[in-house]
Amino acid sequence: MFDTLTLAALPPEDEALRPQIQALIASHVAGLPADRRARSWQGFDAAFSRALGQAGFLGLTLPRAYGGQERGPFARFVVVEELLSAGAPVAAHWIADRQSAPLILGYGTEEQRRAYIPRICRGEALFCIGMSEPGSGSDLASVRTRAERTNKGWRVNGQKIWTTNAMHSDYMIALLRTSGTPEDRHAGLSQLIIDLKAPGVVVRPIVDLTGDAHFAEVFFDNVELPVEALIGGEGEGWKQVTAELAFERSGPERIYSSVVLLDAWIRHLQAVGRRDAGVLTGRFMAEIATLRAMSIACTARLALGESPVVEASIVKDRGTTFEQDLPVAIGDDLAAHPDELVSDELYRTLLYVTHIAPSFSLRGGTREILRGIIARGMGLR
Amino acid sequence: MDASELLEPFDRMLATIAMPAAVRAVEGGSDASAMWSELAQSGFLDALVPEEAGGAGLSLSAIAPLIEAIGAHALPLPAAETMVARALLAGTGLASPDGPIALATAGVPGQIVPCGLVAAHVLIDLGDRLVLAPIDALAVTPTGVHHALAVRIGWEGTPAGRDITRPRAGLRALAAVVRATLIAGTAHRLLELTTRHANERVQFGKPIGRQQALQQNLAVMAEDAVVARIAAQLGCAQGLDVSPAAAAVAKSTASSVAARLAGTAHAVHGAIGISEEFDLQLLTRRLHEWRLADGSEGYWNGVLGAARLADPAGSVDWIRAEVFA
Ligand SMILES: Cc1cc2nc3c(=O)[nH]c(=O)nc-3n(C[C@H](O)[C@H](O)[C@H](O)COP(=O)(O)OP(=O)(O)OC[C@H]3O[C@@H](n4cnc5c(N)ncnc54)[C@H](O)[C@@H]3O)c2cc1C
Repeated sequence: MFDTLTLAALPPEDEALRPQIQALIASHVAGLPADRRARSWQGFDAAFSRALGQAGFLGLTLPRAYGGQERGPFARFVVVEELLSAGAPVAAHWIADRQSAPLILGYGTEEQRRAYIPRICRGEALFCIGMSEPGSGSDLASVRTRAERTNKGWRVNGQKIWTTNAMHSDYMIALLRTSGTPEDRHAGLSQLIIDLKAPGVVVRPIVDLTGDAHFAEVFFDNVELPVEALIGGEGEGWKQVTAELAFERSGPERIYSSVVLLDAWIRHLQAVGRRDAGVLTGRFMAEIATLRAMSIACTARLALGESPVVEASIVKDRGTTFEQDLPVAIGDDLAAHPDELVSDELYRTLLYVTHIAPSFSLRGGTREILRGIIARGMGLR
Repeated sequence: MDASELLEPFDRMLATIAMPAAVRAVEGGSDASAMWSELAQSGFLDALVPEEAGGAGLSLSAIAPLIEAIGAHALPLPAAETMVARALLAGTGLASPDGPIALATAGVPGQIVPCGLVAAHVLIDLGDRLVLAPIDALAVTPTGVHHALAVRIGWEGTPAGRDITRPRAGLRALAAVVRATLIAGTAHRLLELTTRHANERVQFGKPIGRQQALQQNLAVMAEDAVVARIAAQLGCAQGLDVSPAAAAVAKSTASSVAARLAGTAHAVHGAIGISEEFDLQLLTRRLHEWRLADGSEGYWNGVLGAARLADPAGSVDWIRAEVFA
């Protein structure tokens, strides 16, 4: 079972990207404190994303004809790994680069590819994902927000929620009902590209428990869209979304969300000269190494053009468990030494990661849903 | 030769010589020499021995599927250990003795050695060198664990035997990688058996595998099996001269999932899994024994953590340099 998840190596030509991307990151994030860097994929910095685009670090998997680098998923793995392990603010380009551009490339028309992909590769067109609704979280097939055919195109009514970065984005790729009712489940769902500046769109940021506002609710009141807003086939939305989620779930971001905290803690141990946390440190290293090998193995399936949905679920469930264990164990270790002083920066980083950690196993599909997908892959459902 | 060409005949042979009844017989004290001679005649025991020394010259990675198969069949002989020992003997320019060779990785008399009961020789790491000691020259005491093939070995002064070149990180690191690979093979076999059982056993009018609570536990079991295998592959990728860090990742990971894997397998099987007559216990008993052998997760985490804490690099950079290089 799952024999496809097997050790793969990063090609040397992609490894060779590391020094350049490291230099670029260092010049942007060196001054940021750890609690800012710990926000990484919720950290929004459009100028940094444009700088990445200019230097050729976006669109690494996309064809040159559309402004990409035509290098493939391994090159993207290297760049993403460097960005996340340094805690660089990647929110501005993250979703467009990871999900929207490959989706448009795979299912879009030639006009759509030319219209969006080159701008994504320059870090100039920012996208968000409109899947969840107040009534549709885990049960995505029950979405109610509708796009009706008009003689000019589409008219959208309804609401999305928990949309990461909707307030900073130019476009949303939304999963909408184009025919039937929620009872029709997967049938009748389509994906549309919604220009968030269109009249009738209202975006309201939602503040989270750490005080950040990184996601939002988005309302659609008779939003008129052109015919060309449809991406892929009408009624094909479910199939497209499933493939898209394999990109979302397999990457290093499902391993490295807490890595800035991990390194801040290790620097603390080194500074105070404490050695009694060796076993715990070793456990973290073993887990990171194993997860990295799994994520690279999954990337290798993507590189072969497959859509490793079940494998990606394994990586994500396992990775987010690790990401959530880290702040709990590090908190215990630090507070088990009450007479040892902890810097403000480390303390804030610890509590930021501790408070936001529940989201790790929610965003992109919950733990229970992922385990259901794995069980289906095992023939149990 | 690709992996399946190598694996299929080996797997077929194990399926014939290590039927559950035969495994039980050896565990019950019957002579294993017929089983061993089939294995020895197959030539697979020299898989890691260089071609110029008469072996197949394969890498540890290439034969990892064979080691997994040994685990999956609960072979009651130290076949994987013998493969490694033969390679180390050849590296020293020595011919291998015929019988099974067990590995003793602690350097102290009184240590517990898996498969010692069926070994003819033990390769002992004394800290500065390896010695190949005939089992007859050692004091051997059973552990008293029901049907276990592990024994305590002891000696007076220094054990007598031939000196063998010691791998850079010692025998324990190499043995840990082999042990992790055995665990991975056993884990995948357990996963198959348990999934099959969940699909066949009916309670409340439907297969128990249709119960969501069981599906969630089985999904974690699948993850554990995948995790054990990929960690073992990371260790095997470095060959016989494995770094302590890569060995640590392999064994710590495999050991830390082994107990949970065994637990879930038993939970899903219910009472029948506990019975001696049912084959499950042949696998789960080994899983626990191997978790403890050659350093548990706590031991290897300590090794790994001490090395990590001594280095100023970032964690991801450090892992890339120490484990993936
Ligand atoms: C930080 C963050 C960012 C996000 N960004 C986006 C985004 O950009 N775009 C977007 O569309 N969405 C986004 N989401 C939403 C996310 O995808 C949903 O939160 C998630 O799918 C769960 O839906 P829900 O919150 O409605 O919870 P529910 O679906 O109500 O789930 C609540 C609990 O019930 C469990 N549960 C539900 N159904 C089952 C079942 N059948 N079996 C077992 N357990 C079940 C769940 O696992 C969970 O534990 C984001 C969420 C977070 C936290």
